[in-house]
Amino acid sequence: MTELFSVGDPIADTKAPDGPVETRWDRRRFSAKLVNPANKRKLSVIVVGTGLAGGSAAATLGELGYRVRSYCYQDSPRRAHSIAAQGGINAAKNYRNDGDSVHRLFYDTVKGGDFRSRESNVHRLAQVSVEIIDQCVAQGVPFAREYGGLLDTRSFGGAQVSRTFYARGQTGQQLLLGAYQALERQVAAGTVEMFTRHEMLELIVVDGRARGIVVRDMVTGEISTDLADAVVLASGGYGNVFFLSTNAKGCNVTATWRAHRKGALFANPCYTQIHPTCIPVSGDHQSKLTLMSESLRNDGRVWVPKKAGDDRAAADIPEDERDYYLERIYPAFGNLVPRDIASRAAKNVCDEGRGVGPGGLGVYLDFADAIGRLGRKAVEAKYGNLFEMYERITGEDPYEVPMRIYPAVHYTMGGLWVDYDLQATIPGLFVIGEANFSDHGANRLGASALMQGLADGYFVLPNTIGDYLAAGPFEKLTADHPDVARTRSDVEDRIAKLLAVDGDRTVDSFHRELGRIMWEYCGMERTDAGLRKAIDLIRGLRDEFWQRVRVPGDGEGLNQSLERAGRVADFFELAELMCIDALHRTESCGGHFRAESQTPEGEAERDDENFSYVAAWEFTGTGDAPVLHKEDLIFEYVHPTQRSYK
Amino acid sequence: MKLTLRIWRQNGRADKGRMVSYQLDDVSPDMSFLEMLDVLNERLTLEGEEPVAFDHDCREGICGMCGMVINGVAHGPERATTTCQLHMRHFKDGDTIDIEPWRARAFPVVKDLVVDRSAFDSIIQAGGYVSAPTGSAPDAHATPVPKANADAAFEAAACIGCGACVAACPNGSGMLFTAAKITHLGLLPQGQPERSSRVVDMVAAHDDAGFGGCTNAGECTTVCPKGIPLTTIGRLNRDFLKASAKRSDNA
Repeated sequence: MTELFSVGDPIADTKAPDGPVETRWDRRRFSAKLVNPANKRKLSVIVVGTGLAGGSAAATLGELGYRVRSYCYQDSPRRAHSIAAQGGINAAKNYRNDGDSVHRLFYDTVKGGDFRSRESNVHRLAQVSVEIIDQCVAQGVPFAREYGGLLDTRSFGGAQVSRTFYARGQTGQQLLLGAYQALERQVAAGTVEMFTRHEMLELIVVDGRARGIVVRDMVTGEISTDLADAVVLASGGYGNVFFLSTNAKGCNVTATWRAHRKGALFANPCYTQIHPTCIPVSGDHQSKLTLMSESLRNDGRVWVPKKAGDDRAAADIPEDERDYYLERIYPAFGNLVPRDIASRAAKNVCDEGRGVGPGGLGVYLDFADAIGRLGRKAVEAKYGNLFEMYERITGEDPYEVPMRIYPAVHYTMGGLWVDYDLQATIPGLFVIGEANFSDHGANRLGASALMQGLADGYFVLPNTIGDYLAAGPFEKLTADHPDVARTRSDVEDRIAKLLAVDGDRTVDSFHRELGRIMWEYCGMERTDAGLRKAIDLIRGLRDEFWQRVRVPGDGEGLNQSLERAGRVADFFELAELMCIDALHRTESCGGHFRAESQTPEGEAERDDENFSYVAAWEFTGTGDAPVLHKEDLIFEYVHPTQRSYK
Repeated sequence: MKLTLRIWRQNGRADKGRMVSYQLDDVSPDMSFLEMLDVLNERLTLEGEEPVAFDHDCREGICGMCGMVINGVAHGPERATTTCQLHMRHFKDGDTIDIEPWRARAFPVVKDLVVDRSAFDSIIQAGGYVSAPTGSAPDAHATPVPKANADAAFEAAACIGCGACVAACPNGSGMLFTAAKITHLGLLPQGQPERSSRVVDMVAAHDDAGFGGCTNAGECTTVCPKGIPLTTIGRLNRDFLKASAKRSDNA
């Protein structure tokens, strides 16, 4: 493996305060330098991305008095992909008096992350969660209410208390609109300048500090530079490396990957959450995957035929020829086992040839029992909108025939490495939300991503970035500074290069092929041989891309093929790093299952002895061996145990 | 399925634009409408033609980015459906389908089927928020909200800002969008202090952005993918009258 990477110095300082975990955040806030209000006006911050993390950060930094410039690739900041989150947002309010507390949320999240996250960060997240709900309610987010007018909550996977706040099945939408409205308020107030349909294509680093970005105006094609005292990346996750995922089509890795190439370490890239209840692929034309809420598994029973290759209709398969495999293997949790367990079990039965539907890549999620027990009306009241959505996409009526589901790529826990202050290894570069690696470990519990996005944007970053900016304003730069001009011309060259290939294959055809490689070898289950093969295939395909891709049109105006081509080019490089990370981690944990590391019963086997660390990778060149820096994880409060759901 | 597509092609704002016909022979009924366009674009790319530009992102019916007029109807023939959630099984083999961008004065065409909807953001900037700076919030349970109000506020807040209402309106009015936000915030106690100024300022921003006036034609709610009802406009009108009266009292 040594030819694929080398090991460098361990990460010595994460800036996490020591002492009692309950007081770390308070002490860090107190020790952080403050910026005089009159000086805040002189300091400028660029925020890339307008989802829950970026939108809330830009709004809050604007309120504080900094000069903020906010960028998104959509036509409005309201459309960032946080808007699609369905389930809810956790907070340790203990409104139910069911024994919840900040410590319990902290405990559940560290355990749920399979002991691969930082205790300090997770505790802060749990602490801040309480304030997030207050903030959102004050903004007018219409959370679900009880008849007495108080907030309703529900329980979610991985927790035994009811701490999930929600707004129907559209919690992400409502939280995002709250942040978006706060952002637009600052735009009106003149503290935030908003740039829509602009894509960040490069990070500008001068004298070792992040000082700006190069952007392309996606309507005019104009390439320009923007300079500031600090840069915040809130550009989301990279699940679209798999082509098919639950991410929006525009989600990409470019902002973080370009920063990685400039020196920011990329941590735990191989941790991908696969969600078990997704509508299966229906054909080669498929462009994205749609999630069915996990709540369906409360009443739906998952099964496949006992016999491989059984192509009878579901109704024609008698009860004793069905295998309710989750109930059989995991009698204690049954259909409600966590996401990683349910996903892998579905893969296993499909690999045995027992999958259902086109291509044999699906399992039944059957409501016949529930309809018999509760009546159709009751099932309709609980899940009606989900059933309708399913029927709309598949053309099948789930009241009559069982739904078909299959796992799909959903959320990436890896991202740019950040310290406790959410600062990357390049000073002045801050990374928040799904774009960083910090809080979810190797697995993300339901309803925790929205919590992290808003925690980072509303409460954490606005406090920590001040400590950095207190040393500013930094040396005044102009667009003709040699480093700035060079970064800008790099972007122009790259666009010219993409347009000049003029080959005979479309961008999407490459992206699909890359996605298939990643799903096959770096998806739900990974092996040493498979990952090595994937690395070879990715390298070959990347070379072919630069020789055969065809990008029609020019760089002078709206050119969606060109936009995609630049993103796919970065996905190729990331894909290779994901495989190297997955290869080196010869343990199974959370969203990373190595076939060589399992218990005799086929469950994931963690190796705390050798892998209780964050893997932070340093870029050395395209196709060159990256350098691994390890950050040891220390568990003082939540002691690692093996997870069991039997 | 074999289809004839007649698509609006317009190369930028200065271009006049025209309908162009394309034949597709291999459309699967399981495709979404946008996936059908993806297939067309793959083919155009290989044939050396420029693909059709169209806006889309989440493809789950929630981001509000997609939207085109299909056979004269915003978002196409299915009720309460965004274009990305419209599937080809609703069309017949041999159909001819007309595909055009949103057409409204306030939404200039950027290219082909892509329009500029930033006027919606300017309406929100005028007051579509509660002024609640971060960190200043009381405990979330300090103010109970009747469940019926919270539910009704949610119904209005479900607006995805796609602009179908504007495209369908004979006047090119954005009143349903504006009314949805005014209803959402007006039904919650948190939205009360700014209720009067909000409605006056948002309506003024709406008119300034070039949207036409509302004449209760009702086309907007017919095409709204989220079923925002016409009653929200009634609520806007009542709030607007009250606020205007109050304002002239104070003058």
